[in-house]
Amino acid sequence: MRGIISTAGYLPHWRLQRPAIAAVLGGSAGKGTRTVASYDEDATTMAVEASRRALRAAVDHEVSAVWFATTSPTYMEKTNATVLHAVLRLPATVMAADAAGALRGTNAALRAALRSTEPGVLVAAGDVRTGPAGSTDERDGGDAGAAVLVGDGDAASLVAEFLGAGSATREFLDRWRVPGEVRTRAWEERFGQQRYDELAGRAFDSALEDAGIDADGVARVAISAPHARAGAALAKRLGAAGAEVADALGATVGFSGAAHPLLLLARLLEDAAEGQVVALVALADGADVFLFRRTGAPAAATTVADQLDGGDDSLAYAKYLSWRGILPVQPPNRPEPARMSASAAERRLDWKYGFVGSADRESGALHLPPARVSFVGGNADDMDPAPMADVPATVATFTVDSLAYSPSPPVVFAVCDFEGGGRLPMELTDTTAAEVSIGMPVEMTFRRLNSADGIANYFWKARPVRSGPAAGAATTTAEGGQ
Amino acid sequence: MGSHGIKDRVAIIGMGCTPFREHWDRSTDDLAIDAVAEATASAGVSVPDIDAWWLGTAQSGMSGITLAAPLKLEGKPVTRVENYCATGSEALRQACYAVASGAYDVAAAVGVEKVKDSGYQGLNAFPIPNDGTNRTLTAAAMFSLVAPAYAEKYGVDPTELRRTLARIASKNHANGAHNPRAQFRREMDVDAICRMPEVAGMLSVFDCAGVADGGAAAIVVRAEDAHRYTDSPLYVKALSFVAGNGSGLLDPDYDYTHFPECEWAARDAYAQAGITDPRRELAMAEVHDCFTPTELVLMEDLGFSERGHAWEDCEAGVFDLHGDLPVNTDGGLKSFGHPVGASGLRMLFECWLQLRGEAPEDRRIDTAARGLALTHNLGGYPGEMVSFVGIWGTGRE
Repeated sequence: MRGIISTAGYLPHWRLQRPAIAAVLGGSAGKGTRTVASYDEDATTMAVEASRRALRAAVDHEVSAVWFATTSPTYMEKTNATVLHAVLRLPATVMAADAAGALRGTNAALRAALRSTEPGVLVAAGDVRTGPAGSTDERDGGDAGAAVLVGDGDAASLVAEFLGAGSATREFLDRWRVPGEVRTRAWEERFGQQRYDELAGRAFDSALEDAGIDADGVARVAISAPHARAGAALAKRLGAAGAEVADALGATVGFSGAAHPLLLLARLLEDAAEGQVVALVALADGADVFLFRRTGAPAAATTVADQLDGGDDSLAYAKYLSWRGILPVQPPNRPEPARMSASAAERRLDWKYGFVGSADRESGALHLPPARVSFVGGNADDMDPAPMADVPATVATFTVDSLAYSPSPPVVFAVCDFEGGGRLPMELTDTTAAEVSIGMPVEMTFRRLNSADGIANYFWKARPVRSGPAAGAATTTAEGGQ
Repeated sequence: MGSHGIKDRVAIIGMGCTPFREHWDRSTDDLAIDAVAEATASAGVSVPDIDAWWLGTAQSGMSGITLAAPLKLEGKPVTRVENYCATGSEALRQACYAVASGAYDVAAAVGVEKVKDSGYQGLNAFPIPNDGTNRTLTAAAMFSLVAPAYAEKYGVDPTELRRTLARIASKNHANGAHNPRAQFRREMDVDAICRMPEVAGMLSVFDCAGVADGGAAAIVVRAEDAHRYTDSPLYVKALSFVAGNGSGLLDPDYDYTHFPECEWAARDAYAQAGITDPRRELAMAEVHDCFTPTELVLMEDLGFSERGHAWEDCEAGVFDLHGDLPVNTDGGLKSFGHPVGASGLRMLFECWLQLRGEAPEDRRIDTAARGLALTHNLGGYPGEMVSFVGIWGTGRE
């Protein structure tokens, strides 16, 4: 049967307390926090992190297509999904494409995946949500990534069985953004709210019909809506019918745009009991409703709930503004990085994106980056690939560089030793100098190091292992058992 | 197979060295012309007398034309060499081999670097197209990894080590204060250095070499011809060079408390020169003090101190101007700055002055009993560096 093989959300480490905005700009103090993509994250890297988690929970399951949805793409013209394809080390035969631009791309990709017969469709989404300083979108938005692997399986191998879907579409002007602008403009909210109320109701009815179930068979519903008022009427109706309306994460994450429907779906399935029917309602220039029955496979090891509890909410508003480029700050007086070479990067695709080193077959010595000649014994062209992205590491020694160029100085830099061998001196992220110590466990994370000539230069950094199982723990155990 | 060296087969007969400064009013051409003019005058030769040239410059020009054009050389071979921060020494090494081989009678090594035209502080390598995965850390930060590793391994209290590093900087500043060619001529006391804000690990700007423009040159001939030019030549006792393979960056066993490339280069140089106890046979050493922890560790890598004890020797004043083995008597990179192509030759220039008794009285050391001096360069970072060691002497066997 068709359904969801695995799903995962990614919430960035940094959180902004909403009252911090009013403390600077005045106005009414908002409540709660929003998630903030670090200076080295973008929609692509957050989708990558979510996808890594989703695939880690679906070991050995074939991926035949990748869809990447975002309204904040790093590139136009060039496909962003190929970065996911490279990081996930998928075969060349796997199609990777963007569903980028509008919020509804996520819904379309999910619907297409659920309706298709492809063996495994990865639908990933990521969005960096912002707006002018003091705007509603800045306050109520949140940055996140999320991913769902859709495919065929049975009640034991699927997280959820797909029961049916319904959609409703209508052209009306609610929110719009001119390409390249920070600000998303909006019509009077009440107009959109009423259009969404009608469309959501129609789509929900259509989904129930498609699934052949009644409204009272729905145990929980999550509603993803671009503004708080949209979807309220449907929530009320479903609440009256006995369904529990899930927290839309407004107080903790904010609306995470293209990522939000998948983030809510991941959260919904974490909590649902086996056998429960859950509904995802995603509003975006129409409405798309998806009905699932929770089946037996466990949720991702790193849950959205865990991540809601974690993070660091001490981020200063001024730093947030500088990270988003809204408040440009003086960089160190050092040359800016040169653009990467396209051909050099392509030659080392598996290193740059896949974080695959090489291991000397004779001595076992690990080489990061991969090498043809071994530093132990000097054997040539006698190496096996050594995938390191999910291998835990510890800090052997570290330093803080206040002189190096960085979009957010100072650079915290550590010599990292990998479990089972291998060493790489690399930049740390999602941390502060005061937090780092020798022996600290770290995990690998895919980041955007810098940009030059419009080229986003992606590579890996290390970050402290926080809550939940270490990134590599599950994989290492799984590999150890093979 | 083996490294045999060219001990006593080549002699230095003249040298020149410009002041090292922020030479806003001097170009690469000017610095090269000035260094060559002083060196040729010192040797009593003229530019056309020189049969072949080696130009060391890391980033101030490409090809031999960078030297041939300003000097208006006619029909002469000029080779531009680059080997990171050992570039100046590399130019000299090649010139010495050329003379030793018999290919040329008179050769010149010229090192020049115009650092201050970049518009940025510090040294900045021009980018070679790459896949974007290379480290972008500063050299200061890479070398800052040495200090905590050393403190940890040898049980030195980090505050104590901080003072030791400051003492190294203070010593070099004191020496440089007596040198009119040095960029910085102000003495700095240990407490003042310890109070400076950290910029990379525990290092402050006063733990880092200065940044300056400069040029230096040496003229070499076969040893048997030396006395045709001067009564007091310096003889080449050893020239060694090691290019590291970067395995320190890969190898979890590398602990950032020593530089194997420097140990290897020193071992080879001592074998070439027949030195068995460098601490007691050398009159002086000019070493690559790019950062204070570098000089500390080099005292052990070059065999001047036992492992884990260089910090005590530094504290005891062993390497002070009138210590048992004076190190960086001219002020070092600390006082001179580091015009990459020129530094190695600048170090040799100090040996040239000291061994021949020509150093100014206020920094002159006693070389009567020990007629040997060592120069050392390294380039790159802990785990991945090049290293040069040269040994020079007044006598010839």
